[in-house]
Amino acid sequence: MRPRTIEIHEAVQGHNDQIADRNRKRFKKAGVFVVNVMSAPGSGKTQFLCRTLADIASWGQSPYTLTDPVHDRAHHPFQSAPGRIDNRLRMAVIVGDIATDNDARRLSITGAEAIQITTGGYCHLDAGMIAEAAADIDLHDLDVLVIENVGNMVCPATFDLGEDLRVALLSVTEGEDKPLKYPTLFKRADVIVVNKIDIAEVAGYQRDVALDNLARIAPQARVFEVSARTGKGMPEWYEYLNSRVRTVRKETAYA
Amino acid sequence: MHEIGLMQDAIDIAVDRARRCGASHVRSVRLKVGEDSGIVPDSLRFAFDILSGETIAKGASLEIETVPVRCYCHGCAREFISKSAFYECPTCGHPTADVHAGREFQLVSVEVD
Repeated sequence: MRPRTIEIHEAVQGHNDQIADRNRKRFKKAGVFVVNVMSAPGSGKTQFLCRTLADIASWGQSPYTLTDPVHDRAHHPFQSAPGRIDNRLRMAVIVGDIATDNDARRLSITGAEAIQITTGGYCHLDAGMIAEAAADIDLHDLDVLVIENVGNMVCPATFDLGEDLRVALLSVTEGEDKPLKYPTLFKRADVIVVNKIDIAEVAGYQRDVALDNLARIAPQARVFEVSARTGKGMPEWYEYLNSRVRTVRKETAYA
Repeated sequence: MHEIGLMQDAIDIAVDRARRCGASHVRSVRLKVGEDSGIVPDSLRFAFDILSGETIAKGASLEIETVPVRCYCHGCAREFISKSAFYECPTCGHPTADVHAGREFQLVSVEVD
């Protein structure tokens, strides 16, 4: 047969994205808002999420103290921030690490259901892993599912998990040009959290330079400057999360 | 990063279309890869070499067309091509996140015989 060209011109979705789409439909049907949190290792994802889960769960109640089940040390008591979120958000978390279940143990102390995925070497979570982990969660009893991705600024950026909100987190010790070095992650983020602002001065953090870089690389993202440890800046994040969840819920109700 | 999964999918589609047209051999596969897709063309080639081996696309050539990033500035109502990581309008300087092209991964065509 003589050679001939077959014109196709079709987007190739790839195996991961097909599963991510199925995840997205399933979460939407169950009315669950899904958040994917990504950052370098050590930026404070777990503490940021512990703080978020604890504060939202115990809104208006007495101060909450996080104990570290791994090192058996009491951390700073979390003072619940002033103000209220109307109606508690029921939250659960899936956390990915190469090894250990330390983060799931820390997260579960907040009272939220925490599922650990240990990848054994795989450097990011993918849609298939999330589908499998979420099968063990009662989604109908849930408002928000948070996914704490493996600490890595490269691979997670291009793996859709079926999330509604993508959060990129970085801390004041990582350099003001971090967003320029990992543009894909920041360009695809809906929210950017700058963490550890309580140690900004001692770290020599140049806030103007950092915020300018973020504005130039990721003009689409809402930026929150926080300290997950002291709680500073966190209420603005809770309000934002709450309003995003409520908006999606309204849209689903009228669909 | 997930070039293996993407290339598997592309090969599956290419082979399927070739067979449906009655072809028994794929001579070449043409892809379009956006410069902001996060996909590395060299990794695609590596994946293609490995994954095509057991298919009718074995030995086929892989042609990759890269697509530059084309953004839209709402303030100036104009499109522009960006060659840097900053998608900033050349007219007003404002950054934009509205990307019209440059993030695609597309199977363009397949040459068969």
